[in-house]
Amino acid sequence: MPSPKRITAMASKELFHILRDPRTLAIIILMPVLQLIIFGYAMNLEIRRVPLLIDDQARNASSERLINAFSHTPYFQIVPANQRRLEPEELFKERRAQATLCIPVDFGSASQVLLLKIDASDPNSAQLIQSYAQGIIASGFPASLDLRPFILYNPDLKSSFFFVPGLVAMILVMICALLTSISISREKELGTLEQILVSPVSAMEILLGKVLPYIFLGLADALLILGVGMLLFQVPFRGDFLVFLGFTFLYVLCSLCLGLLVSTLAKTQQAAMMMALGITLLPTLLLSGYLFPIPSMPWLLQKLTYIIPARYYLQIIRGIMLKGNSISELYQAGISLGLMSIVMLIVAVKRFKLRLS
Amino acid sequence: MIETINLNRKFGSFTAVDNLNLKIDKAEIFGFLGANGAGKTTTLRMLCGLLTPTSGTITVNGLNVVKNPEAVKRSLGYMSQKFSLYGDLRGIENLQFYTGIYGISWTAAKTNIKSLISQFDLDKYLKLKTSELPMGYKQRLSLVCALVHNPPLVFLDEPTSGVDPKARREFWQVINELAYRGKTVIVSTHFMDEAEYCNRVLIMQAGREEVCGNPLQLKQSHRVATMQQLFLKIAGADNAQS
Ligand SMILES: Nc1ncnc2c1ncn2[C@@H]1O[C@H](COP(=O)(O)OP(=O)(O)O)[C@@H](O)[C@H]1O
Ligand SMILES: [Mg+2]
Repeated sequence: MPSPKRITAMASKELFHILRDPRTLAIIILMPVLQLIIFGYAMNLEIRRVPLLIDDQARNASSERLINAFSHTPYFQIVPANQRRLEPEELFKERRAQATLCIPVDFGSASQVLLLKIDASDPNSAQLIQSYAQGIIASGFPASLDLRPFILYNPDLKSSFFFVPGLVAMILVMICALLTSISISREKELGTLEQILVSPVSAMEILLGKVLPYIFLGLADALLILGVGMLLFQVPFRGDFLVFLGFTFLYVLCSLCLGLLVSTLAKTQQAAMMMALGITLLPTLLLSGYLFPIPSMPWLLQKLTYIIPARYYLQIIRGIMLKGNSISELYQAGISLGLMSIVMLIVAVKRFKLRLS
Repeated sequence: MIETINLNRKFGSFTAVDNLNLKIDKAEIFGFLGANGAGKTTTLRMLCGLLTPTSGTITVNGLNVVKNPEAVKRSLGYMSQKFSLYGDLRGIENLQFYTGIYGISWTAAKTNIKSLISQFDLDKYLKLKTSELPMGYKQRLSLVCALVHNPPLVFLDEPTSGVDPKARREFWQVINELAYRGKTVIVSTHFMDEAEYCNRVLIMQAGREEVCGNPLQLKQSHRVATMQQLFLKIAGADNAQS
């Protein structure tokens, strides 16, 4: 039977290490925030300050209002028109503009047609530019203007909806797996584990003592990443906070147990670090449904996603943040995370060697 | 108290401990002597249940170490050769940690180690971070940590290496008192002069027992004045053979 006294001794010692080691603290606090910002801005599908040239042939009140509307959004930056009139194709080639808007001479009176030419060498950006332009016109101009007001949705928001929950899932599993695996392999390297192993403490007690303090840290980290993500990328949080905390606890536990498993394989801190990153980073990115939808994967990969903790957590966090899901819609994913934690803990305990080799 | 039969340990094809047969009595100070690489640490680790023997048996108090590791571990204290307390913990926190993993209360531990702490003059050092202690005090603290649970059996692996001669003498004084209080002390060293403090010594070379016995009797029977000379004689004989 694991003794609470021994587990507490292990856990409080671990807490001292964490609080007194600036390196661990940096991993815990700085790494997730930096990752979020770097990944966040790199993966942000939104584009801003698209260079736009407006060819205003009307030069009347209506056209001025239109130009104003375009110049007062962060999406477009109006390129000053040169004396020499350039064809859009030339502008695109010189990368001076990514789009041109042509306002015909009789705009505002006879004609209501605008011509928007877009550089489509990057089709994704082109699509976004088109949506932005349509959005601007739809929101400030009479419906008689020739356009179809189908964009009620901000594509900018859509991309951060997509990447912030995914990043929370990815960063958490990475950090948690790193923390426990490094903490154990460091004791192997320093030789302090030998002094523990000579005591009657059991593998279960050692591992539980290692996991406990990191659960709180993992949860704190989750809140930190979430907070920064919501602040920087304006993601909503529609569900219940306590439900989120409960499921995140399971995910953190699962990730920490993954780290324990790694520590039973790695002899050095460096090996533990490589292994922990190796089994969390790419699998989470590719197989959790984060970047690629699971239903469109080949059969074998689909089956493989069942052992990726982030697969379940992504379902949970997207459900809570975006759809306001409650426990009844998410409990199956939660049970999966709980079961995976238990299985990994048991395997780690079985594999953990109470003897030197 | 401790008995081994044909104790062997191999690392791959290399034999680190070769067919040791030991009998160590209660309240005895038993020394393992030998140069670096002789197999002292490997032997001590096997006696503590930290390493499994490749072959042979070890019984401690009638219990097989391999089969009953927990019960055996409860009855022993061990100080490893490499300093292995936590440098970022204060002295007192290290003590409390080892108290905790032996599952005993801090009050009980304090009564176990109070006299030792004052004898070692450790009181004022307990508030400091362990990494900041002078080497001699690190070793003393390690010994106290190994004794929080008042074990009847104490294993000390080269406790005096890296310590000045005066501190070494003090250390041996404490070891003597431990034995006087009925504890069995098994100690390893590569300082031949320290053999004089032991009731019995076993000189090891390349994993094998060269001689074993009371230092005084060994010196007489080999007609040498010091243990150093005895060791050189044995090593010389060994070299001549090979
Ligand atoms: N884990 C190990 N793996 C391989 N060889 C080892 C291991 N531990 C010890 N040895 C070897 O066994 C021999 C005896 O080592 P050791 O018991 O540490 O000697 P001592 O403590 O007397 O200096 C040495 O040659 C050492 O290199
Ligand atoms: Mg040694």
